[in-house]
Amino acid sequence: MMIPACRLVDLPRGEAYRLDIDPPVSVFHTDDGEVFAIDDTCTHQDASLADGWLEGCEVECPLHASKFDLRTGAVDAPPAKRPVRTHAVHVEDGMIYVQLSTDAPNLPPCVAARLAGGPA
Amino acid sequence: MRTVAVVGASLAGLSAARSLRKQGYDGRLVVIGDELHRPYDRPPLSKEFLSGSLAEADLALEPDGEDLRVQWLLGVRAVGLDGPQRAVRLADGSEVRADGVVIATGAAARTLPGTDGLTGVHTLRTLDDARALRDELALGGRLVVIGGGFIGAEVASTAYALGLDVTVVEAAPTPLAGPLGETMGGIVSALHTDHGVRLLCGVGVKGLSGRSRVDAVLLEDGRSIPADIVVVGVGARPCVEWLAGSGIALADGVTCGADGRTSLAGVVAVGDCASWYDPRAGLHRRVEHWTGARERPDAAVTALLAGGAVEPGAPRPPYFWSDQYGVKIQFAGHAAGADSVTIEEGARDDHNVLAVYRRSGHPVAVLGMNQPRLFTRWRKQLAAAA
Repeated sequence: MMIPACRLVDLPRGEAYRLDIDPPVSVFHTDDGEVFAIDDTCTHQDASLADGWLEGCEVECPLHASKFDLRTGAVDAPPAKRPVRTHAVHVEDGMIYVQLSTDAPNLPPCVAARLAGGPA
Repeated sequence: MRTVAVVGASLAGLSAARSLRKQGYDGRLVVIGDELHRPYDRPPLSKEFLSGSLAEADLALEPDGEDLRVQWLLGVRAVGLDGPQRAVRLADGSEVRADGVVIATGAAARTLPGTDGLTGVHTLRTLDDARALRDELALGGRLVVIGGGFIGAEVASTAYALGLDVTVVEAAPTPLAGPLGETMGGIVSALHTDHGVRLLCGVGVKGLSGRSRVDAVLLEDGRSIPADIVVVGVGARPCVEWLAGSGIALADGVTCGADGRTSLAGVVAVGDCASWYDPRAGLHRRVEHWTGARERPDAAVTALLAGGAVEPGAPRPPYFWSDQYGVKIQFAGHAAGADSVTIEEGARDDHNVLAVYRRSGHPVAVLGMNQPRLFTRWRKQLAAAA
């Protein structure tokens, strides 16, 4: 599924834009001008990576300092142990579109339980 | 280097092993741990693991499939270090000779004198501690937490959520005044009273009463607080006794340079047991934070492999977090030395405060309560200014 996120001019370099879908997805505009989209929720605990520390092509979770590679979704070190899902991004006529991945997301236990309808 | 021994198998030791492999060390790597467990994450022990929402398997610090080519010696304590030989002596009489040694033996929970042999009295540091406490909390009753620091506050918060009747006793007039300063220490520790947890400050503990099992905490002002379970959270001491006689410089922990090098060549120290030199403050200090245990081994390993010929980069400001009563508390920098603290966003009653500590107008620390986005921006600024 291809969904429009925001206009490129509205997303300055070094910033992130969170798409409030379920589970949420975030679009990052790096300092080098590249645009990436990954699942917004840290795979360790319920934290928004859009709130994190963007440096180069990595974003550090705002809570516990695991870093995710925006290109591959890979995580560098604990406490997170699983990668985040990545999504393809297209920019057309100044608009950023996200092609949602069909892979299963790697959500933290508490969020996965909530989405499954169980106790949070 | 053909053999490196890492003494300590928790976050700092594991991070050192990872850094060694990442930086191209290809020789024999031995990791020695006094606990039987493979490396596990400690922060959840006072929170999600204690409450039962996180299982033991979730605590593992090693992802599936990670292979650091480590020879694990677990369940065996290091009892001595032969400095010149760089040989680590183990409690079972064996020894590991190494060309490089990483000391990562951590810290142990302080206890109260005279509490040995009394059941119902706990400290919380290890997985085994947490299992024992979790089993007792599940029975309910009255919990008295001695010490209003982070461990004590988190245990109180978890026990409150489990439905126990909780009292926190703190000897200082304001809990957390050391790490957070008086003003913010007062605001954060008010989370207890906001939730109906009793907080008794400025009163010391004289002792515990009970025959075989604890039944009350006796305060210095004469009061007696009935208790079914007692948790002692009065800080930790560095585990460095085993280094006595090794020739290594010890003060409060292992005395290290700004890159983790100790007074012995080929030996570095990381984590809670290591007292690194802080060039900005001009003193040595131990930083007992998870993030320090995770980040600093990289620099120490670089120094170890280079034989001491590298200039360390500026360390990031220390960062730690705590979760209490559903509030995410985050802190970066050093509160000591600040001459002002101002709340820049949010309100204490809403538990969403963002406070900045300044010295002569320059930000030196930041505290967030449920403000991860703003907090991260400030943390980034502090690092850039460092």
